[in-house]
Amino acid sequence: MKLSPDQTIFWQHGFITINLTLVTTWAIMLVLIVAARLVTRKLQTDITISRWQCVLEIMVTGINNQIKDIGLKNPKEYIGFIGSLFLFIGTANLCIIFPGYTPPTASLSTTAALALCVFIAVPFFGIQKSGLSGYLKSYLKPTFIMLPFNLISEVSRTLALAVRLFGNVMSGGMIVAILLSIAPFIFPVIMNALGLLTGMVQAYIFGILATVYITAAVHDSKKTDKPELVTNNKTNKNG
Amino acid sequence: MDSTTLIAVASIVTAGFTTGIGCMMPALGEGKAVSSALSSIAQQPDAAPTITRTLFVGLAMIESTAIYCFVVSMILIFANPFWNHIIAK
Repeated sequence: MKLSPDQTIFWQHGFITINLTLVTTWAIMLVLIVAARLVTRKLQTDITISRWQCVLEIMVTGINNQIKDIGLKNPKEYIGFIGSLFLFIGTANLCIIFPGYTPPTASLSTTAALALCVFIAVPFFGIQKSGLSGYLKSYLKPTFIMLPFNLISEVSRTLALAVRLFGNVMSGGMIVAILLSIAPFIFPVIMNALGLLTGMVQAYIFGILATVYITAAVHDSKKTDKPELVTNNKTNKNG
Repeated sequence: MDSTTLIAVASIVTAGFTTGIGCMMPALGEGKAVSSALSSIAQQPDAAPTITRTLFVGLAMIESTAIYCFVVSMILIFANPFWNHIIAK
């Protein structure tokens, strides 16, 4: 039984291996990029817009609203990262309706790569917002005793992100495969429909969690600035 | 019983227990979370989007424990390092 699409190898030469995960990942990236290019080639601002532009606008507005609801004031800075994460995982998980397709997210290497992206993006946005020292101060947030726990949580939530997505998608495929050998007539279809729902929910959760982590990094470093401003104002008033 | 059989028995039984207990407890936790979220949505329908989003994030957190158990039992069954070690010998 093949546990992950990593084990289907097309071409191997020494260190370099091209397996099913890589091929599907690049195919999905290609589809997403070509679709985005084709749709944004001729954008209109008329009353009547093309159907594809309407779909794209709905998606962009929806993601922007979600990011704003969580607490990031300027979603335009973050939608490039969070939106691509969501769209990639969503597409990868929704394509299971095609027969013979194995989602690349059912391989731990893909999900680990995505989680590492979040792991790097959190300090990136934090430093971008408040400078290196401001971000590093957020690790000492309540007191300096919390420093090791903050560091551990940084690593463990990355691990959790990777294993959660991998486990959910892999378990969906596994259950369908097991059901095919037990009751092959109608139940795999139902479980596949459930897999579509789970895949979409997981994509949503991955995006939301990335946003929550980025929000925490950005806000924590912001709060260190705010009290100083307030005290400055007070002293000015008193003076 | 030689060590190969012992490893096989221990792995399979532990995998079953891991998935069994690891499904039971998060299911209880998720049930509690969903029921309290539903009752608070019923009390305050205006706050439904916020509650739903927080519920999803919380459910993902709770469910990840179940997923860990599942992954551990999958490793025990399909990619058992001890079993591979014995087989390779």
